[in-house]
Amino acid sequence: MSQDEIERQFHVQNLNARYVSTIDNDRLEDWPDYFTEDCLYRITTKEDFDEGLLLGIIYATTRNMLIDRVTSLRDANIYEAHNYRHILATPLILSDQEGILKVETNFSVIRTMHDGDSILFASGRYLDQIIGAGSALKFLERIVVTDSRKFDTLLAIPL
Amino acid sequence: MAGQYLNDSLVRWPSKSLTDIPYDLFTSKAQYELEKEAIFKGPAWHYLCLRVEVLNPGDYVVSHIGETSIIVVRNEQKIIKAMVNRCAHRGAMLCQKRSGTTRKFSCVYHAWSYDLDGNLTNVAFSKGIKNQGGMPGDFKNEDYPLRRLKITEFCGLIFGSFDEHVPDIETYLGPDVSAKVKRVLNRPVKVIGRNTQMLPNNWKIYMENVKDSYHASILHLFFTTFRLNRLTQSGGIIVDESGGNHVSFSVLDKDMSNKAYEEDDVRSDNSKVKLADPNLLEGVDEFGDGITLQILTIFPGFVLQQVRNSLAVRQVLPKGTDRSDLVWTYIGFEDDDEEMDARRLRQANLVGPAGYISMEDGVVGGFVQRAIRGVTEDHSIVKMGGEEANSMESRVTESPIRGFWKKYRALTESFNL
Repeated sequence: MSQDEIERQFHVQNLNARYVSTIDNDRLEDWPDYFTEDCLYRITTKEDFDEGLLLGIIYATTRNMLIDRVTSLRDANIYEAHNYRHILATPLILSDQEGILKVETNFSVIRTMHDGDSILFASGRYLDQIIGAGSALKFLERIVVTDSRKFDTLLAIPL
Repeated sequence: MAGQYLNDSLVRWPSKSLTDIPYDLFTSKAQYELEKEAIFKGPAWHYLCLRVEVLNPGDYVVSHIGETSIIVVRNEQKIIKAMVNRCAHRGAMLCQKRSGTTRKFSCVYHAWSYDLDGNLTNVAFSKGIKNQGGMPGDFKNEDYPLRRLKITEFCGLIFGSFDEHVPDIETYLGPDVSAKVKRVLNRPVKVIGRNTQMLPNNWKIYMENVKDSYHASILHLFFTTFRLNRLTQSGGIIVDESGGNHVSFSVLDKDMSNKAYEEDDVRSDNSKVKLADPNLLEGVDEFGDGITLQILTIFPGFVLQQVRNSLAVRQVLPKGTDRSDLVWTYIGFEDDDEEMDARRLRQANLVGPAGYISMEDGVVGGFVQRAIRGVTEDHSIVKMGGEEANSMESRVTESPIRGFWKKYRALTESFNL
């Protein structure tokens, strides 16, 4: 690995680390800032993804749609207090072409409810397209592909 | 005798009224066993899959009726068949995959094979080896088919029943509910996604919820704030003669003020909430009748949903007394253009496990289930809109819930164990 590649790897890892820290520490208002203004954020299942079905359990094509998701979670939706703990694997950089990094990162998310009940809520991989230079990276696209088609009770906080 | 045990512990209804619903209906194991016989094997139609999921000969889908795994397959003559996913030999599950295409069903345990009609076609070593072993001489393959179900197709929906005496589907639904199915499913559909929401409650709590138009604009703030559905809109409730099937629909009235909500100071009215990207709610009147929301249920566990341009079918499956699976299949039409595809994807944010207007339904069911644990002495009160299970214009009603219990009681109370 060249020095540039090591730095690139470091910055992508850092982006992922900051992303999950934002969600897991309930700073959801900062979550949309990880994305470009026009973007794609989609949570899908492995089954749907493999079949080429485009439905998103959460589906946003603009940063504003992500802002609306947070507004709705804060002001509109009813759900019991809970938090996530994301455990990420090392990001695998698949390609670096025309200023777009394609990256795959495995994740698991443990969900803990306010009463202490804790479960493995989701596992899967992030399929990302990342743009920007150095530490100023943003997601042009983040597709969250979950291994399971089943979701316990609801999916409120984004993955 | 199982029957003896069941009779001892079945739920006792306080009266003939449809307004007092005993809580142990949602917790009793004996009641759950009764439902398996009286409802899931009884004279009811159970949604299995969409026609489009078994389009070509050999296409199959594994679905469920109650907790029983069912194979739905299109045979070589292009006729749809359904049978229990269980080898006639020793009861092993035949299909493990959720869907696929095959020429035959073969059991991995002892390689008994069946054709697409469920006929037993081959028994491994049926003649033994070197004239030793093998099946008895009078064993005939034709005596051991897979257990078959009665099947019907309506507007591209495939339903099955264990009971030969179930009425034809349009009689079962009644004319008004039938018309509302036809209204939405008026041409070939395509699947755009699938997932399953595991609900922490009895299946009937979800069915009460989905038939309950009273809660919609109170629990689901998103709905109310963005004027997707308000009880002050025009619309109506249809409950069929049997009670088990219902439709709730509303017509968007853009000039309607928020007055009724402001006066009642309902929690859910929060005018501060504004969409940064209103494109989410950009919709078209695709059925040409101004109806922006239609929720339709078919007894016992089927839902057809139109929320603006978000269309889905939901299958409610019992998983024990206190769990159920809500199986979502999101659909569009084959002739949707790119714009419509994109619109349905955006509006799908409204529904499903993360749905702006449906995620709460996963929560409230759990609130009920947790609060009624061990309760045998109390019942719920379902009196909004009267005591009958009738159609009405007002959606401030629990009439469809009473209808559900009318049908439920008709099947379970007449059932002889």
